[in-house]
Amino acid sequence: MSERILQVDALARVEGEGALYVRLKGDEIEKVEFRIFEPPRFFEAFLQGRDAHETPDITSRICGICPIAYIMSASQAVEQAAGVSVTPEIHELRRLIYCGEWIQSHVLHAAMLHAPDFLGLHDAIKIAEVNPDLVKTALRLKKIGNSLMEVVGGRSVHPVNTRVGGFYSAPDKAKVKALLPELEWGIAAAREVALAFAKFDFPDDEYDYHFVSLKHPDTYAICEGRLASNRGLDIAVSEFNDHFEEEHVARSNALHGRMRDGSAYLVGPLARYANNYAQLTDGAKETAALCGLGEVVRNPFKSILVRMVEVQYALEEAARIVRGYEEPRPAFVPVPPKAGEGHGCTEAPRGICYHSYKVDDDGRITHAQIVPPTSQNQPQIEADLTRVVAANRTMTDADLQWRCEQTIRNYDPCISCATHFLKLTVERV
Amino acid sequence: MAKLKLAVWKFASCDGCQLTLLDCEDELLEIAGALEIAQFLEATSAIDDGPYDISLVEGSITTAHDAERIRAIREKSKVLITIGACATAGGIQSLRNFADVEAFTSAVYAHPDFISTLKTSTAISDHVTVDFELRGCPVSKHQLLELITATLAGRMPRVPKVSQCTECKLNGTVCVMVAKGTPCLGPVTQAGCGNLCPAHGRGCYGCFGPKENPNPQALSAQLADLGMASRELRDFYRTFNAGAPAFAEESKSHE
Repeated sequence: MSERILQVDALARVEGEGALYVRLKGDEIEKVEFRIFEPPRFFEAFLQGRDAHETPDITSRICGICPIAYIMSASQAVEQAAGVSVTPEIHELRRLIYCGEWIQSHVLHAAMLHAPDFLGLHDAIKIAEVNPDLVKTALRLKKIGNSLMEVVGGRSVHPVNTRVGGFYSAPDKAKVKALLPELEWGIAAAREVALAFAKFDFPDDEYDYHFVSLKHPDTYAICEGRLASNRGLDIAVSEFNDHFEEEHVARSNALHGRMRDGSAYLVGPLARYANNYAQLTDGAKETAALCGLGEVVRNPFKSILVRMVEVQYALEEAARIVRGYEEPRPAFVPVPPKAGEGHGCTEAPRGICYHSYKVDDDGRITHAQIVPPTSQNQPQIEADLTRVVAANRTMTDADLQWRCEQTIRNYDPCISCATHFLKLTVERV
Repeated sequence: MAKLKLAVWKFASCDGCQLTLLDCEDELLEIAGALEIAQFLEATSAIDDGPYDISLVEGSITTAHDAERIRAIREKSKVLITIGACATAGGIQSLRNFADVEAFTSAVYAHPDFISTLKTSTAISDHVTVDFELRGCPVSKHQLLELITATLAGRMPRVPKVSQCTECKLNGTVCVMVAKGTPCLGPVTQAGCGNLCPAHGRGCYGCFGPKENPNPQALSAQLADLGMASRELRDFYRTFNAGAPAFAEESKSHE
């Protein structure tokens, strides 16, 4: 029987540190493990005893790429624990800064981390050598997301203007309105980049995923709605733990998310798109159609296209909010200390980010639970890898390794979030 | 002249400081033209085993393996620069330094025996010689560009060590502590963020770490006058730069 061992010590172009282990004996796949061994940082533990108002700023440090996801999920949970709701104006402004995060994070991943896989190149700098205009367009798009976060939040990595209850100060109307010309340019530019990516040679792969996302009747859900799936799940965010659980496995410093029946599920752009296609703008739907996408996308390699469709949606949504923007008065709703339990869940660029806190009479945290998107996707990533390895066993080691790395990057895994060094080992015995 | 070889490394961190380099959208292609990016795992799968002219290091040391890894990186790097609060002070994860890490592990993980971690989260300079430290949680894009430009030109970067109060004065920002009684770490915190929090009407929360020769005892007295209890004072100094000696010491005096 043939014996081959493949090993890569570091998987690049992901956020954080992880490893992959694949062992083949002849044609038989003996083991596929997606390991996360970025050192643990114990956020849930050191939050205990801290003021609940500190949770957005502290948990934002779980991830420099998607701080808004943590800030918003934490804020929602603390507000719910205190029985406080924010005004529609504050909610709208939260959606605006969240659009900025989707734009910068999605463009970073699609254009700079994922596109090189399809072109056989090592990075976006190499793409710039052959197609400088594409990279310059992508960088300008990414900058729009960051500018949006800076105008609303003060800075793009770990914004300072956000707080439990809303915002420290209302973003200046003139500065917000000044974002509009770039947002309008970006809507067309996002389609242009999506169409350029649609010409890639996509591997044939389809899977009947269990797509889980937020869902709201009136809008493409970002920070509102119920948890829903294509298999009939329809629950309030507060019921999360009744349907999902986290398993601690020896090979990983991240907990693996599974349904209570042990099955894997998928969160992120493919899930949102499948569950909420009807709520997309006409422009975003048109771009999807021009890219050859149906109303559900089951080929994970095409997630790069769905991300660009979502970038266009986020730009259109941001433009809509900016056009109607008036400085909210007040900029925040007071959230006094009160004992209670609260849950928050919002759509990080990579999928749902769930927070739950118990708070005592002094407004201090007595229990914290944070479920980031990448730990939820881990079992599905392993299932995808098994399927991809099985379908491509005749490939050379180098090609198979490239395909495996690409399979992981389909998820834009944020390993820092999931806790986090990616080592790839493919062993054939 | 051959281009200088740049390497970017990650230890325990959130990736936000390396992301700040990728967030230099207007300058990124120029930087890539001026330097050879020899190792930057988050951005490229091309890997050069060194040696390197400049290493930028993000993150803190929290495992025995990482303590060995930083020594190997130091040996391969002519200049080693740390970027961000995790690398310069141990980061938010240095809160473990004040607690029982075994209790922490069992609070988060069902099988603590699977987890291998040190009892402390420490700055890179606790393990190897560091040539320059760039502060911030995250670092400022402007200071990062100044650092790269200065390093390419062979001069020291111009990074002021004055307090956040100086930035307020330079920007004409009204003092939030004097005018509104808002607790603020500005008097003991190094400038450089761009005067963000006070300009947004909130007190500075110290993400650039202690300024040169800070006087936190005097500030704590003022904060106590504003009504902060000991526990609040302790936590105020214990966030993203909790491991910086001046903040760590002051926080302990309020335990």
